[in-house]
Amino acid sequence: MDRYRNNAFALGELVRDAEVHRDVYVDPEIFDLEMEHLFPNSWIYVGHASQLAKPGDFITANIGRQPVLASRHTDGSIHVFYNRCPHKGVKIASEPCGNTGKFFRCPYHAWSFKTDGSLLAIPLKKGYEGTGFGDARANEGLSRVRNVVVHRDFIFAQLNDNGVSFENYFGESLSTIDNMVDRSPEGKLAVVAAPIRYMHTCNWKMLVENQTDTCHPMVAHESSAGTAVKVWKREQGDSTETPMAVQLYGPFMSPYEFYEQSGIRIWPNGHGHTGVANSIHSNYSDIEGYLGQMVAAYGETRAHEILGEVRHNTVYFPNIMVKGAVQILRNFIPVAVDKTLVESWVYRLVGAPDKLYERALMYNRFINAPTSIVGHDDLEMYERAQEGLKSNGNQWVNLQRLHEAGEQADVTAVINGTSERQMRNQFHAWAKFMTIDMDKRVEAAE
Amino acid sequence: MITEKTITDFIYREADLLDTMQWQAWLDLFHPEGRYWMPLEWQQQDPVLQPSLMYEDLLLLKVRVERLAGERTFSQKPKSRCHHLLQAPLIVTCEPAAGMFKARTSYIYTETRGDVLERFSGWASHDLVQVGDALKIRLKRVDLVNFDAPFGNIQLFM
Repeated sequence: MDRYRNNAFALGELVRDAEVHRDVYVDPEIFDLEMEHLFPNSWIYVGHASQLAKPGDFITANIGRQPVLASRHTDGSIHVFYNRCPHKGVKIASEPCGNTGKFFRCPYHAWSFKTDGSLLAIPLKKGYEGTGFGDARANEGLSRVRNVVVHRDFIFAQLNDNGVSFENYFGESLSTIDNMVDRSPEGKLAVVAAPIRYMHTCNWKMLVENQTDTCHPMVAHESSAGTAVKVWKREQGDSTETPMAVQLYGPFMSPYEFYEQSGIRIWPNGHGHTGVANSIHSNYSDIEGYLGQMVAAYGETRAHEILGEVRHNTVYFPNIMVKGAVQILRNFIPVAVDKTLVESWVYRLVGAPDKLYERALMYNRFINAPTSIVGHDDLEMYERAQEGLKSNGNQWVNLQRLHEAGEQADVTAVINGTSERQMRNQFHAWAKFMTIDMDKRVEAAE
Repeated sequence: MITEKTITDFIYREADLLDTMQWQAWLDLFHPEGRYWMPLEWQQQDPVLQPSLMYEDLLLLKVRVERLAGERTFSQKPKSRCHHLLQAPLIVTCEPAAGMFKARTSYIYTETRGDVLERFSGWASHDLVQVGDALKIRLKRVDLVNFDAPFGNIQLFM
């Protein structure tokens, strides 16, 4: 039953000032509409330019449910295509990454395409002579995603042609990505390995909300981080140096007061981050040689400014989180209304000591892996929510913590770090980008 | 004297301790400097500067074991159980004089919780050392055949 299709009003009703209707998490129709509207209207992370170092390099990805392919052309430019042959629809690339050489070649009938997507050759081309093929859609080659922006090597794409511009969409929120890149003495990041992949049987938005949920760590992670702290206290003996592992787990158990003062910053269009004044990443040990490299590269003042920014989690609406201080990006890839593939990438700070990469990899497997005890804590909560939301007793999810009357949307503000305002911010953006192209479409249909 | 049979018996006993959830006895099989490693790459060489699913020392393994019994460990309500089906271990090295003992064991591992049952296939590589009369685990390496696939929770030990 189409309760929400082409019904911007009904969709708007799902998001109240401080509550959202459970249909946003459990209704398959809503999920379909997210794939048709929300994701195409938003700027979605595709990959990192270091994965496309040489001409002919390619990566595959999904924008919502749309399979795409990004490539490095011979002139150095980066292109994003829908990953299907214009002939019969066969996926051009099936691997996560690789090098295709000078051209892509469809494995089915050997149609070939330059790395900018244009049609190169078709075997037995004379079979198309006089057929009017020159006007066919297939003659255009691989369908190109026109809106692609590479910001400091981060590749984003927007499927819809008439959406909000990249600059207006992200605005000041790009400062977290900038800070992560600046943490390399050479101002450069590199992807050198595959991500950790973790399948979640829950709606993708639960994961995104959890990134700025600062009232859950000391509760849900008592079992993991709390036990780590307890075991270390018991076992440490005469040791005065806290192991890297305990340094990573420990701060999860920080009290409410810590998160309250550390603050949350919200930006327009659903972006925002935890850890404004300081964060759970503030007190890691210095890594030998790193500060010296940074000072040499940026000067004393700028180096301290870069390293002094230790934001916790930055949500780039709709579906990635960036952790600049630990060089991690988590991509929450929607698969179905109750299924989300999480790919957690670690970037290497080019020119920085190995130890920083070691720490980021350790953090990633502690927190973001299917074998991660912190991950087990979180997934258990998401799964229970996915089940519990089927209940008809109360059909609303409450996001009221520190809500204020007359709260403005699409503003920049720094607020108490235990506020749920970033979640409200996300849902405001959700309602906007779900429906922004909907009224137009209805008019066009009329 | 450590023989090939001592090694295979050790590996069978280890699996039995895991299947019967005798976690403390399982931890006691590890050398103080022992590691449990689940690589994330095919024929991975480096556990530290290449991503892994797990690379844990005894302290971290103790945290896991203690967490499993925790009153507020909600992902263990209900509890997980596991089952190891092992092929006969292939002895790679058995050199008592050098104190080096290595074996590789093909396995099918099942982990279940509530109504969900997940099955995994792979190889366990044991790097053992002699301490007194007994063998201890210096490194247990667990390579899944589909290490690069996205799994749900894996809460116990392969």
